[in-house]
Amino acid sequence: MSGASEPATANPVEYIQHHLANWHVGHGFWSVNLDSLLVGWVLAGVIMWVSWRVGRSLDPDRPTGIQNVLESLMEFVDGMVQEAFASRNPFVAPLAFTVFVWVFLMNSLDLVPVDLFPKIFSYFGVEHFRLVPTTDPQTTFALSLSVFALVIFYNIKVKGPMGYLKTFLFHPFGKWLIPANIVMTLVEEIAKPLSLALRLFGNMFTGELVFLLAALLPFYVQPLLGSVWGIFEMLVITLQAFIFMVLTIMYLSIAHEEAH
Amino acid sequence: MNVTFTLIGQMITFAILVWFVMRFLWKPLTAMMEERTRRIADGLAAAERGRHDLELAKERAAELLREARENAAEVIHQAQRRAVEIVDQSKEDAQAEGQRILTAARSEIEQEVARAKEELRRQVAALAVAGAERILRREIDARAHGELLKELAEQI
Repeated sequence: MSGASEPATANPVEYIQHHLANWHVGHGFWSVNLDSLLVGWVLAGVIMWVSWRVGRSLDPDRPTGIQNVLESLMEFVDGMVQEAFASRNPFVAPLAFTVFVWVFLMNSLDLVPVDLFPKIFSYFGVEHFRLVPTTDPQTTFALSLSVFALVIFYNIKVKGPMGYLKTFLFHPFGKWLIPANIVMTLVEEIAKPLSLALRLFGNMFTGELVFLLAALLPFYVQPLLGSVWGIFEMLVITLQAFIFMVLTIMYLSIAHEEAH
Repeated sequence: MNVTFTLIGQMITFAILVWFVMRFLWKPLTAMMEERTRRIADGLAAAERGRHDLELAKERAAELLREARENAAEVIHQAQRRAVEIVDQSKEDAQAEGQRILTAARSEIEQEVARAKEELRRQVAALAVAGAERILRREIDARAHGELLKELAEQI
């Protein structure tokens, strides 16, 4: 509490470290980042509420407001899925849609002033609070590992267990270099969730960090730097959510390809 | 980075969110949009059908109009022919009537002439008788000589 009331510029390193620590309780496996979970739930709740409201009162003749937005977004995602997929899987498009919306909302909290929520929560005795869940690798890995689990599931479902195993054995160098093939394919497969999670985390973390640095500057520089970086971040926020969605579709599309 | 409950928790949140969005937004929305597509297609088809019907109706109307014109022309033609016929007929009738009147008049005239001749004959006979009386200077018994006088009158 005492640290929060001091001017931020007094100890920049501590200020930044303070803002980059999660609100967590427990130890080991049960060390829970309450802020990531909480914000994730709240945003998921918002999405569910809007989905339920819109899905309950659809008007085919005179679509208005949020229904229009969701319709065009849906068509956009659905078009992309249909382009990427040879086979039809009705689960992929809503999955990609949800990924995009949820990640986009979590990312967009990056634009909230960095000191606002930590300050509010400090009044309730919470020492650390990180508002943006995607700056927490736990969240980004949760997403990418979920996608990875689906990739493995569909690989086995479409190719069969033996068929999936064969891609490890005979890909990419043919049957004479089986050990090398196993290593190569393993690296390739593991790189998928890793890159997916770290790309999102890295981008959002950097964005947050620059905002924190901007907050350390004198107040007459802050608006300029903050707004310029904010405008740039709007692009990053949308782009990262979009990339995550596209890669989800691509990985699942590859999983659906028959073994050759 | 350690695997903690945060990761599991976010995965559960994600799974629930995906299920919820799919169940309560995606499915109704896609169903609604398919329904809309179908309705638009139906509407366009109906419009096309309507246009086709209109075309047919127009053709039918034109045909009816043409038929009606033909009929009317036929009727007028017949009427004209009938009128000519009537005129001709009445001309003939009038001529016949005139002829008849003429004939009647002629026969009447002839009768008149015959009557006049008869009258004249009788008077001549009377005159002849009177003349003969005077010539003979004596009374001729009309009764006794009636046969003779009649014969005389017929000869005239």
